[in-house]
Amino acid sequence: MQVIVNISLKEGVLDPQGRAIARSLNDLGFQEVDEIRVGKRIVLDVDETDPARLHQRVARMCETLLANTVIEDYEIEIPDEQ
Amino acid sequence: MSLSSMRIAVLVFPGSNCDRDMMVAIERLTGRRPALVWHKESSLDPIDLAIVPGGFSFGDYLRCGALAARSPVIDAVLDHAARGGAVMGVCNGFQVLVETGLLPGVLMQNAGLKYVCRNVTLKVCETVDSPFTRNLSVDTPLTMPVAHNEGNYFATDDELARLEDNGQIAFRYTDGAAWGPANPNGAALDIAGIVSSNGRVMGMMPHPERAISAELGGSDGATLLRGCLEALAS
Repeated sequence: MQVIVNISLKEGVLDPQGRAIARSLNDLGFQEVDEIRVGKRIVLDVDETDPARLHQRVARMCETLLANTVIEDYEIEIPDEQ
Repeated sequence: MSLSSMRIAVLVFPGSNCDRDMMVAIERLTGRRPALVWHKESSLDPIDLAIVPGGFSFGDYLRCGALAARSPVIDAVLDHAARGGAVMGVCNGFQVLVETGLLPGVLMQNAGLKYVCRNVTLKVCETVDSPFTRNLSVDTPLTMPVAHNEGNYFATDDELARLEDNGQIAFRYTDGAAWGPANPNGAALDIAGIVSSNGRVMGMMPHPERAISAELGGSDGATLLRGCLEALAS
């Protein structure tokens, strides 16, 4: 099954990259942009058919390696489940 | 123990590029060549110090140091540290050590969004008793290079307060011989290096192994390394 993991910086953690992109967009005339936060999207193809078990395993993967929970939050999305 | 009887391991990951510089620096200071240990080794011979060198382990994929921190040799380093063994990480090695959890916090992208490669000046801080600071003078600033894109030390306010209260901040960027703003990367509290709460694990962004001879621009790195090695040997 396919799983999508979205990793984002926690609130309160400075995102210099996001700030630079926002400034660039402002310079390009997109004055309405206030703030940008840049994250990561990881798409996994996993040999597991039970959505609950899949979710549990992927959460373990996030805690073990995929996210650094000191500064990052993660969200797990299982498209087939919907 | 004499310096030449110290057993030191320098870990090597795919993408490490300061491992040999570190080996040369250690050999110069101790008279004994340290062992280079490949990341797939799952055990370490008895050692007095494990060094995680700088570089771009695993291409900095996912996050700097993240993949190296999960490699087999790190389990052996964690066992060594759990027994009170000394561990030092420089640059990417510091990033690896925070990813293992041996040291708190995280090293984020530089606030200026640019790779910074230049000399910085360090103030040695009063710390919890640690071989990595014991023989260094808090009155003698040390100048040596940094070379990194992710050296911006970050931790929660609570964690930073804890580091200060426990005396775990080992080195801070300060004004001195180096040209340019003292803090090269936006690190919280000007932190350039920290030690663990028991003082036995140290991580720092600057490269002491790149400042071991006047011919190459300075020897303050040798002063720092010699201080650490002598403290560990005594």
